[in-house]
Amino acid sequence: MKIQLDFMAVLSEWPLLLTGVAWTLALTAASVVVGTLVGIACAWVRARGFGATRAPVWLQGVVGAYVELIRNTPFIVQLFFIFFGLPAAGFKLSAETASFIAMVVNLGAYATEIIRAGLEATPRGQMEAAHSLALSDRQTFVWVVLPPALKKVWPSLVSQITIVMLGSSVCGQISTQELSYAADLIQSRNFRSFEAFMVVGAIYLLLAITTRQLLNWAGAKFLFGRR
Amino acid sequence: MTLVQFNTRNVLRALACAVVLAGTVAHAQTALDDILKTKVLKVAVQTDSAPYGFVGTDLKPIGLDIDMAHYIGKKMGVAVELVQVVSASRIPALQTRKADLVIATLGKNPEREKVIDFTAAYSPFFQAVFGPKNVSIKSFADLAGKTVGVTRGAMEDQELGKVAPASTDTKRFEDNNATIAAFAAGQVQFVALGASVAGNMMTKNPQLSSEYKLLLKESPNFIGIAKGEDKLKTKVNDILAEAKKSGELDTMAKKWLGRPAGDLPL
Repeated sequence: MKIQLDFMAVLSEWPLLLTGVAWTLALTAASVVVGTLVGIACAWVRARGFGATRAPVWLQGVVGAYVELIRNTPFIVQLFFIFFGLPAAGFKLSAETASFIAMVVNLGAYATEIIRAGLEATPRGQMEAAHSLALSDRQTFVWVVLPPALKKVWPSLVSQITIVMLGSSVCGQISTQELSYAADLIQSRNFRSFEAFMVVGAIYLLLAITTRQLLNWAGAKFLFGRR
Repeated sequence: MTLVQFNTRNVLRALACAVVLAGTVAHAQTALDDILKTKVLKVAVQTDSAPYGFVGTDLKPIGLDIDMAHYIGKKMGVAVELVQVVSASRIPALQTRKADLVIATLGKNPEREKVIDFTAAYSPFFQAVFGPKNVSIKSFADLAGKTVGVTRGAMEDQELGKVAPASTDTKRFEDNNATIAAFAAGQVQFVALGASVAGNMMTKNPQLSSEYKLLLKESPNFIGIAKGEDKLKTKVNDILAEAKKSGELDTMAKKWLGRPAGDLPL
């Protein structure tokens, strides 16, 4: 059988594709910022072996349960729970908000464990040095412990962010107009599924590589580079 | 030396001959006489297309199509024997005389008219917009600014795109179940669905108190009948015409579909 590819049928729907790219990037950008912050906060709660003060035990329990729950259930189930399930409890969210929250919650849990590994790898002497310079616990964490910790785990964190970005492709299932949604819509209209998914696959590849380069650069520049 | 070559072309020719012969053999118009003699009307129905034909809690077929079968049986004064078929075996059931009539959401098209006959239409089949009873929708213009859930790529998706105002927020979902789930969860205000799917949704979720709002596209159901059985066809058409006049068709459509039968084609 000879396959005739007609990419123009797909590319002529470029406004849909562009909207898709925009939503995928917007959701990723927002969830990366918030999710990483969630991850840092939860990692501080969970990490052992540094700093004089520790989070209360109940908080450690809550964070532990959150991390275990999210890391051991599929993303699409979390997404469906938020979008289809929570309205029954009175929390009605738009598809876009539900996608954003699902991505933040998901990335937050994975980032917690990644960042915790970095925090726990901080040499004790470094914290003692900080304390001997009369830095408070908070100052020690923010200025002495966190930057080298992030530097150590940055490649893993960037990987996880890429996974979350690619994972946003299932958000189309609840009618968020991201990139996969665009592909599905295009191929349901012109039946050019082969071309549609080839084009969108290539766009995802490009987005993933660009995002990775950008984050590698931005991490070194703003988070843990020499100042 | 070979007299007959068993190549693909010859086999196809033989098959074509067989089909033509089978199609042209004049059936004696005996169906109606046989039915009246044996007092049994065999009707092919489907049980996988609620609310037209499905299985009730007692595992017996119920639905609009089944009601129609019993109605015709009653008018003819004979017992009704239901023959269960699936979509693809509806027309073969007539050709092999397993059934006298097919009442199974059968649409009329030129290809089918070549092999079987159709009576008048008996029930509407349609794609439509459904929504909550307490929201008044009179025309598609009223959908402006509203969210409508639809199954991606379905006929409703295309039809809705043609008629809905630009400000309508169309939310597309992967399959009918996701579309219904979104409506049930209140994530969309309206849904555009095929009649059978929507009927099923309303039967199973009475708490949604949803109803038929706007028509997207009509494609009514006809009763299928073996080719050339004109006496039986006339009899069934008479019964249908009477049912239309007495409002029986509307009653059935309202009972199962939530809207009147409307003006059905002959």
